[in-house]
Amino acid sequence: MTPSPTARADVRKTYKLYIGGAFPRSESGHTYEALDAKGRWVANAALASRKDARDAVVAARSAFGGWSGRTAYNRGQVVYRVAEVLEDRRAQFVEAVQRSEGVNARQASATVDASVDRLVWYAGWADKIEQVVGGSNPVAGPYFNLSAPEPTGVVAVLAPQASSLLGLVSVVAPVIVTGNTAVVVSSFRRPLPAVTFGEVLATSDVPGGVVNLLTGDATSLGPWLAAHMDVNAIDLAGLAGDAVVAAQHEVAAADNLKRVVRAPAAEPDWTAEPPLTAMTAFLETKTVWHPRGV
Amino acid sequence: MDAEEHAPGTTAAPLDVARSDASLRRFLHGLPGVDQVGAEARAAALGTRSIKTTAKATALDLAISMVDLTTLEGADTQGKVRALGAKAVHPDPSDASCPRVAAVCVYPDMVATAKAAVGASGVKVAAVATAFPSGRAALDIKLADTRDAVEAGADEIDMVIDRGAFLSGRYLEVYEEIVAVREACGPAHLKVILETGELATYDNVRRASWLAMLAGGHFIKTSTGKVQPAATLPVTMIMLEAVRDFREATGVQIGVKPAGGIRSAKDAIKNLVVVNEVAGPDWLDPDWFRFGASTLLNDLLMQRIKLTTGRYTGPDYVTVD
Repeated sequence: MTPSPTARADVRKTYKLYIGGAFPRSESGHTYEALDAKGRWVANAALASRKDARDAVVAARSAFGGWSGRTAYNRGQVVYRVAEVLEDRRAQFVEAVQRSEGVNARQASATVDASVDRLVWYAGWADKIEQVVGGSNPVAGPYFNLSAPEPTGVVAVLAPQASSLLGLVSVVAPVIVTGNTAVVVSSFRRPLPAVTFGEVLATSDVPGGVVNLLTGDATSLGPWLAAHMDVNAIDLAGLAGDAVVAAQHEVAAADNLKRVVRAPAAEPDWTAEPPLTAMTAFLETKTVWHPRGV
Repeated sequence: MDAEEHAPGTTAAPLDVARSDASLRRFLHGLPGVDQVGAEARAAALGTRSIKTTAKATALDLAISMVDLTTLEGADTQGKVRALGAKAVHPDPSDASCPRVAAVCVYPDMVATAKAAVGASGVKVAAVATAFPSGRAALDIKLADTRDAVEAGADEIDMVIDRGAFLSGRYLEVYEEIVAVREACGPAHLKVILETGELATYDNVRRASWLAMLAGGHFIKTSTGKVQPAATLPVTMIMLEAVRDFREATGVQIGVKPAGGIRSAKDAIKNLVVVNEVAGPDWLDPDWFRFGASTLLNDLLMQRIKLTTGRYTGPDYVTVD
């Protein structure tokens, strides 16, 4: 008798974190169920623990010197490259957005378009932001007086909870294009676009550690990142609408005078063109005085 | 392992074996061989112990008090050694409850500066001597190097063995050199660096450990820190077995100092677990176990600050050295 052909076994994907350019499982070994918009199981995502957040900060810190030292022009090229690779994987993102956010194919496609466009928009700003917010200052003395924006360091980002791709891109791009490195906590209920975005970052020219993506609960990881003395700024976008918890994060962030982008009262419309403050929030102005030759 | 079968009996004087090259060889090659796979598995298994909360706090403080804070660079300056001395006395200046380290370890010409920097704090000054790190110099030069360091005030001397002689089987030559340096040390304690990264096998590590102990070293030390691999956990474990067996055989306790490659608090705590499980709690003391390290101290301090404040800290809050 001939053996009956067996059905091909599914190759199921393990959804992992993205830390320091690698894809580790959570240190805790924990996962949680990511559901689609109708409450059906989609995947088991890694549940990042505070120690994953700690490791991610270490990775981001060690990547900071190299990334902030690149020319702004080069950072713009790298962010543009991210847009290219994301565009390349558009079908995968459309499906992920559709399932996660419960929108139809046309709306999901528009969201992916907007995400790619948002990256391109920020890539263009890389070598222009300094010209807009920096410059020479007139002073009453024989000096050149120049102000230049510099990246603040490691930025913790609690990504928006509802807009799992466009919102994510809109909070990550301004952080890295200005030369900072990021530790990002994805949307808790909709983590899959973030996981795939990590794969995009790994295959574009972004150095490992510049963006670290943690899937997990912003309200449990947030306090550790807010209190972390080696984090220089925190964006609380993912706590939109939760004023009490957001206020606790602001208090925890005060100890090392972190720059805090406060949580909005409700999640904003991410399709609108971002203001320049999205980038300047993570920039510090350095002013130098230089004697003018006679 | 059971050393008594091969080592001289507990009553016999172990120095007898150093009568000649042949008897020394017979003794060292009579030591039981190391099961490489077993040793690595045991070291790895001991490294999985979870040390948390109050036990971790105790371990961190103990580890800090065991650090030989080291700077052995060609670019060392008196200023750097003074800064190192200040850090050794007050590793965390913002917290008076933080213990001081065991010693600072410098080149012989920096001993006087280091001695002045640590003052009467109780922090010892160790000097590497005997043509560190290669050990390639004539014996009288090595002895002069040692005497210089002791005269300048060094409390401890870290010597390197002649690995070339050891590897080619001239054990008596190595033995006599250690004895001579021990005499030149006078009151100073002698640490014998085996440079395990160059010894090739665990059997050699065990033999070199016994050789150094027989010759009268107060400490056996893994590495100079200039050769990779340096202090791996299995190597430290084998040396701890050797000091344990040596004490059983002779009643003399010898210290162990892993040096080089231990950079994180987690590695340090793994080492302490191995000390406790292999040699025993008698060795959990700065007099009997040391870490030769420079960057390790910062990680220990950061972990300590995390435990006392409840929040993560960063390299901005410890000194860069």
